[in-house]
Amino acid sequence: MGSPLHLGDDAAGDWLRPAPGLLLLRRVECLLLVALPGSAVAVAAGVLAGPLQGLAVLVAVALLTALALLAVDRRFRAWGYAEREDDLLVRRGVLVQRVSVVPYGRMQYVDVTAGPLDRRLGLARVTLHTAAAASDASIPGLRAAEAARLRDRLAALGEARAAGL
Amino acid sequence: MTDDDGWQRLHPLTPLMRGGRFLLVLAAVVGQQGLRQLDQINPVQVGLAVLGATALAVLVGYVAWRRTRYRLTATELQVDSGVLTRRSRRVPLARLQSVDVVRPAIARVLGLAELRLEVVGGGSHSEAPLAYLTEPHAQLLRGRMLALAAGRDEPVDAAAVPETVLVAVPTHVLLVSALLGPPLVATVILLLVLLVLLGLRDLDTLPVVLAVLPVYLGILSVAGKRVLAEYGFQVAETPDGLRLRHGLLDTRSQTIPTDRVQTVRLRQPLAWQPWGWVRVEVDVAGYSSRRGEEEAATNALLPVAPRALAEALVGRVLGGPLPVAQAPVPHRARWRAPLSARRLRAGLDDRHLVTTHGVLTTTTDVVPLAKVQSLRVTSGPWQQRLRLATVHADTAGRRLPGAAAHHRDAAESQALLMELAARARTARRRASR
Repeated sequence: MGSPLHLGDDAAGDWLRPAPGLLLLRRVECLLLVALPGSAVAVAAGVLAGPLQGLAVLVAVALLTALALLAVDRRFRAWGYAEREDDLLVRRGVLVQRVSVVPYGRMQYVDVTAGPLDRRLGLARVTLHTAAAASDASIPGLRAAEAARLRDRLAALGEARAAGL
Repeated sequence: MTDDDGWQRLHPLTPLMRGGRFLLVLAAVVGQQGLRQLDQINPVQVGLAVLGATALAVLVGYVAWRRTRYRLTATELQVDSGVLTRRSRRVPLARLQSVDVVRPAIARVLGLAELRLEVVGGGSHSEAPLAYLTEPHAQLLRGRMLALAAGRDEPVDAAAVPETVLVAVPTHVLLVSALLGPPLVATVILLLVLLVLLGLRDLDTLPVVLAVLPVYLGILSVAGKRVLAEYGFQVAETPDGLRLRHGLLDTRSQTIPTDRVQTVRLRQPLAWQPWGWVRVEVDVAGYSSRRGEEEAATNALLPVAPRALAEALVGRVLGGPLPVAQAPVPHRARWRAPLSARRLRAGLDDRHLVTTHGVLTTTTDVVPLAKVQSLRVTSGPWQQRLRLATVHADTAGRRLPGAAAHHRDAAESQALLMELAARARTARRRASR
């Protein structure tokens, strides 16, 4: 079957990527959601059932965390976006790979959102909404300045190329 | 009923119609309760209570009617309503997607009709009903609104608008096609179950039949409702778009501006294949799926017709002949979709994308490229292993949100994505010019 499939490799020459801060953010989230509660369970197991059991749980948690970190890494590398003359391309996903094309003229509105951790790292997510419910053009982990630039550019292009339903 | 500013009231019988509906609901509730406690009922009291409640409902209806007024200006429909909470609604005619004249059975007897507007935006508040008007006035108002929405001068007389009947569905075809749908499947399953049960001698069949019967009758009644709603189905062409008329008890007359059609779907259930029948459904932006069954009964552009006729009609709606979906999927797609792989096809021309899919029901989706909102290629884990991908063309339709070419070669899919993006751009420019 040859090399693994990478959708969108030929679609655009130069894919722009989210900031490296996104990888850091996802790793932190991973540790918070998997390693931290896992360790707590391991400690509880160690106290209640014995040190051997505690160690076993700890090893399992470590393995799980490593896997999760690997997945996070691959997912981060899958993200990409490209601004073409008339449309925005977004690629994402490892398990389910996706490439979306959203014409600027079809944009209903743009959102820039940033959660508490995002803000701490100076990151934001830009989401493009169209009249179709299935459109999923959303780019996480952009530097605040880049997010603002993209938003303004999308809004301007959207207005210039607006087309009726 | 008209004052100087052009404000108008709804028909004076409106409160009675609303009150009558309330009375029916009340009678149903009281009747149910009454049957349970037959011995404790004082007929005089109940009668007085019902009479009082009805009088109250009519009074409330009257006040609501007094406070409701509407006006059609050159650019918008204005409706003021509400007793405690006042609501003033402005519907820009440029946003109008379709206008229906609905005539429930009781309203028909009184010569009344309801006007329902659909606007862009979807959601449960996308409609602005005007209930009730006299039937000729509803027709006139619709003609005016559609003319204004299209930027034309007002038609002098709604009845004078030229209207060519394109298709009329014969009653026997509608009946047979409805029976060949779910009722047929349900009957076959029921008979099979009965046969198996008869094989098991020591089992008592009666309770099983009694348990299954309500479901069976339910399926029959859904088919019956469909026949009632689509009885006498007629498609006509007017300058405002396609006009659909249908219904036996409650008649409905829909006008669908053809340039607002987002997605068209042709469906052919297995049992229809010997006759070559198909059902055509359309979706215009803003047609919300608010009233479940009723709405499901009205999404048909054509409930049943021979394929050639249906395709001619779709070609007329979308402007030009349709491309034939004939590009097959690679042989290895059978590993991903063993039952439907041989039905998966795609076709493309300058203005349309056509795809087919389905296992028992062969479904053909048509998307006018000028209506494409976004395009996507997706590939799940199993698809990636087989180097397959699915191309989606999303539109603003709610029930039919676009078309998808499933399980095509990954490289071909990406090329198709780019090709579609380019052609959709051209189509969009052509449409907005």
